[in-house]
Amino acid sequence: MEETPGGERANLAGVRHIVLVLSGKGGVGKSTLSTELALALRHAGKRVGILDVDLCGPSIPRMLRVQDSAVHQCDSGWVPVFVGQDKAIALMSIGFLLERPDDAVVWRGPKKNALIKQFVTDVAWGDLDFLIVDTPPGTSDEHISTVEALRPHQLLGAVLVTTPQAVSVGDVRRELTFCRKAGLHILGIVENMSGFVCPHCSECTNIFSKGGGEELAKHAGVPFLGCVPLDPQLSQSLEEGRDFIQEFPKSSAFPALTHIAQQILDTSQRSS
Amino acid sequence: MGNKTQKCPGTGSAQAGRAAACQGCPNQGLCAAGAAGPDPAEAAELRARLRAVRHTVLVLSGKGGVGKSTFSALLAHGLAADETKQVALLDIDICGPSIPKIMGLEGEQVHQSGSGWSPVYVEENLGVMSVGFLLSSPDDAVIWRGPKKNGLIKQFLRDVDWGEVDYLIVDTPPGTSDEHLSIVQYLSATRIDGAVIVTTPQEVSLQDVRKEINFCRKVKLPIIGVVENMSGFVCPKCKNESQIFPPTTGGAEKMCQNLSVSLLGKVPLDPQIGKSCDSGQSFLAEAPESPATLSYRNIIQRIQEYCEQHHLQEEKIM
Repeated sequence: MEETPGGERANLAGVRHIVLVLSGKGGVGKSTLSTELALALRHAGKRVGILDVDLCGPSIPRMLRVQDSAVHQCDSGWVPVFVGQDKAIALMSIGFLLERPDDAVVWRGPKKNALIKQFVTDVAWGDLDFLIVDTPPGTSDEHISTVEALRPHQLLGAVLVTTPQAVSVGDVRRELTFCRKAGLHILGIVENMSGFVCPHCSECTNIFSKGGGEELAKHAGVPFLGCVPLDPQLSQSLEEGRDFIQEFPKSSAFPALTHIAQQILDTSQRSS
Repeated sequence: MGNKTQKCPGTGSAQAGRAAACQGCPNQGLCAAGAAGPDPAEAAELRARLRAVRHTVLVLSGKGGVGKSTFSALLAHGLAADETKQVALLDIDICGPSIPKIMGLEGEQVHQSGSGWSPVYVEENLGVMSVGFLLSSPDDAVIWRGPKKNGLIKQFLRDVDWGEVDYLIVDTPPGTSDEHLSIVQYLSATRIDGAVIVTTPQEVSLQDVRKEINFCRKVKLPIIGVVENMSGFVCPKCKNESQIFPPTTGGAEKMCQNLSVSLLGKVPLDPQIGKSCDSGQSFLAEAPESPATLSYRNIIQRIQEYCEQHHLQEEKIM
């Protein structure tokens, strides 16, 4: 692969805003939120890319129905896979580099760090309004390396995802500390899986409790971006790689997700 | 990335992970780790410390948030219900240590004695160790790269005075990385009965869990079986069932059939589970009539039977 002069900066030079999606906790909906945020921003007319740096559990290709795609290289680096209805969302994930999807990526930190650096600097993103970076849970190699590699570029900030219960919030508090230590601007907290409305009788049950995310935002003095309810139509869309924002505007999670996207848009306009 | 089958020396070879052709292979770390292992002095030290542990069970998942810590805690409580059994719960999730909260031990600290670190006891026969006990504030973040995490895991195994233990349960973080390689490596000095793999029904989880099953096979870790958690939700009002995490590709059942592993059981969603975890109480004790409790108890029994049988077979061989 040829090095272009100033290659390191060049590939991200056309990206106007970078948004990191983080959580201390696993399974709270980071990949889901990254995907839906990207779709919502695309439907708002923005040019969007997604970088999936979850090396052990890359979920995004399946959520956008491109799990069988391969990536190619050009002079400036790797060419992302284009997804979505109009093939306009650019996606890069290690999922594309695995020969067999069931292969475990069993790497220790140093090798993960090397790949993340490559992902950040060697993907030919072109001109994007937003690059959404989906991360694995935790505060370790992937997170340290991603922030280090992105630091010279246009980082708008981090969105932290939690579920309402204390066990999740407990981990997300530590992620907030990570953000502060890393000098990351916190765009806000999302409380996901916040309540379930029974499709048969409309009774609302707080399966994973309620309110923990909002309380954490208040306690930490950061914006609260909203509650997203549990929504079987959303789960189904992600399983089938469908465009939830386009296909289920009447669904219970739709208003919350579009509201979160709007707040990100507003923040980006203020910072431009 | 490189074609991993090109000039591969073979995963069992002495050159595994170390040959020139291994550079860039996704399995290089795994092969190299397997070939290296702990050095003989370290191995002897660990063997000595863990000599009095009869059974070790790892709780794994490729995927985060499926209920590993919840399950580990309930397995520990379930086994410790028999007061004649000594149970130890080790939490090696260094970045996101949930076990102290789930076991009602938040704010506890670790004490040192002449014989090493003392675990924190929930009951007389149930001791717990977690990095959570080494942190002074709930906001403290453990922002460590792999090598430092590995060092702490080794310390947990070497320096904690577990005493005589019937069951050592190890709760792990999601993924297939440093922590998982290290625990398998360090425990190779002793013996692991097997791994329990937790998943939820949807493909997004299963695709990560298949990787975990392959990881277990590569490091020759026996798989006791798979638990399908969050398997359906029955509305408390109208009693209709909803599949919040839909098994679009057949759920754990189909995956287990395809990969020839046991399905230990399915556990439905119950809002009380989250509440019990948050308040540090045993869900099994707080909701003894819940269908979820029944499922958990059946699964715990199957794990116990597996371990006892395994032990008998080993004794026969010796």
